[in-house]
Amino acid sequence: MTYPRILNNKFFNIVWIPCWAGLLVLPVTGAGKAIRIFAVAVGLMFLWRLSKHDAFTTLRNAAAEKISKTSAVLMSFSRYAESPLAAAITLALLILLPVFLNDYYRDIMTLTGIYIVLALGLNLIVGQAGLLNLGYVAFSAIGAYTYAILSTKFGLSFWPGLVAGAATAAFFAVLLGSPTLRLRGDYFAIVTLGLGEITRIILNNWDSLTNGPNGISQVGRPVLFGYVLHTTLDFYYLILLIAIGTVFAMKRLMTSRIGRAWIAIREDEIAAETMGINTFRLKLLAFVLGSAWAGLTGVFFAAKMAFVSPESFTFFESVMILCMVVLGGMGSIPGIILGALLLITLPEVFRDFQDYRMLAFGVALVLMMVFRPQGLLGTAKGK
Amino acid sequence: MLELRDVIVSYGMIDALKGISLIVEPGEIVALIGANGAGKSTTLMSISGVTGLRGGTISYDGEPISGRPAHEIVKRGISQVPEGRRIFAGMTVNENLEIGAFSRSKEELSEGIERAFSLFPTLGERRKQLGGTLSGGEQQMLAIGRALMSRPKLLLLDEPSLGLAPIIVSRIFKIIREINEQGTTILLVEQNARAALRLAHRAYVLETGKIVMQGKASHLEKDPGIKKAYLGE
Repeated sequence: MTYPRILNNKFFNIVWIPCWAGLLVLPVTGAGKAIRIFAVAVGLMFLWRLSKHDAFTTLRNAAAEKISKTSAVLMSFSRYAESPLAAAITLALLILLPVFLNDYYRDIMTLTGIYIVLALGLNLIVGQAGLLNLGYVAFSAIGAYTYAILSTKFGLSFWPGLVAGAATAAFFAVLLGSPTLRLRGDYFAIVTLGLGEITRIILNNWDSLTNGPNGISQVGRPVLFGYVLHTTLDFYYLILLIAIGTVFAMKRLMTSRIGRAWIAIREDEIAAETMGINTFRLKLLAFVLGSAWAGLTGVFFAAKMAFVSPESFTFFESVMILCMVVLGGMGSIPGIILGALLLITLPEVFRDFQDYRMLAFGVALVLMMVFRPQGLLGTAKGK
Repeated sequence: MLELRDVIVSYGMIDALKGISLIVEPGEIVALIGANGAGKSTTLMSISGVTGLRGGTISYDGEPISGRPAHEIVKRGISQVPEGRRIFAGMTVNENLEIGAFSRSKEELSEGIERAFSLFPTLGERRKQLGGTLSGGEQQMLAIGRALMSRPKLLLLDEPSLGLAPIIVSRIFKIIREINEQGTTILLVEQNARAALRLAHRAYVLETGKIVMQGKASHLEKDPGIKKAYLGE
């Protein structure tokens, strides 16, 4: 098929394609918006042309170098952080520092702790077993609501609630994983994406059980030796404890035989199968364990807020946690902690630019995928 | 030891294997030769339980194994070196071997690793090196070593000569013979028909999902049809 020559002209393209875009949206948006879309399209086309230009290549190489240098510095730092002295100092700081800070900082630190535990749990599924889970927060919601309902209706206390929340989340993971994980391919991602939305919609509409969009309030607080945990500091220490426990558990898991088998499945599922690895059972195990962790974190969240509502468990949350894992580096514990730290604290620091937060996340993720697909501190080598 | 009877495997609408039957006796090296797309790898994958059958049966030591999951088949003593080696590139040589012994107990692990290193001394020198940084020949050795970690009675080899220099190929084929002489039965899939027929005791020729010829390897090597189609004479 031949086009009129003018349509193939490079510079004409910059105008021609935006014109077409503008015309296409004209009936829907009206003239004013169509002109703006035209202008944006011209800009994009211009950037596209520029991207093929040498100047852009130099820029790209410079950016790549900068990113890999930064992660090299971070890597050496994380290696240093593994020495016992550094670990002791960090731990002391983590315990003492919040005493001198106000509630705002304590809350941010607690929130960071929650996300660190969540991201480490998701890492089992995404980073270790290589299963893309797009609805991770649903399991958190299941845990949180399990505890909230049992606590308000039956007066269940926090500690057995932790177990109940984790167990319920694990139960749903078995239910969902048993059929989908037998299949190879991307079914799992689609099913979890669906689950995330279905869970939120059910919570929103099952008024008699979940109280709908109003949520459940007056969820029971944890009681430790007769003392009711209620200050921001109390909850900070509790999540610190959970996070440290999680890090140790993950470390044990990742260096175990099972951990290695997960990596084998992630790298090459068919090869893993011919090695005698029961890939289905191990994938299910990763999914169930990771989901149990989400359930546990959900229980903590419900107890801290003393309140749960569906709006805490949106698709956006799942994406945030996934970003932490990908950005920090799949399969690397320090990487994931760093990822959670960055994604929680940076938006707080740049509160003035809150509206552009999603834009910045998007740009950051694209840049990472192009220049450092293994994540800031990741070890997983690309194929 | 291993018997395939009228095995049919299809991918969607296409039959990759149109009812093949073959037998492997204990202690043998049996070669399965044929062109691209003849169904050689599919045969091995269906023996390993990775691909399901649409018809026919596979039995091993007199028991049917078709329909059993892949990990159970490895436990029963059939191990495969898959086509293209499929080394875990991000793991060290040692870790690759450990994965190979997944179906075995921990005690057998170190013993197995020692055996792999005595069979392939170069691997021992590179035990801490990542699998992806090895040369093609070394990767093939690692793939064979890894498959032997589960102590198979029957070893399935899928194109061990693929993409390797002739001198490396002859070295690897020598090792395959050694493995066989130590008591492991071998089913070898090859496009390099000349080398395969020299190594094997018996051979089957596969063409578009059907076995068109079978017999002693030394006889097939002299067959005018085989000579013309597979040996380039």
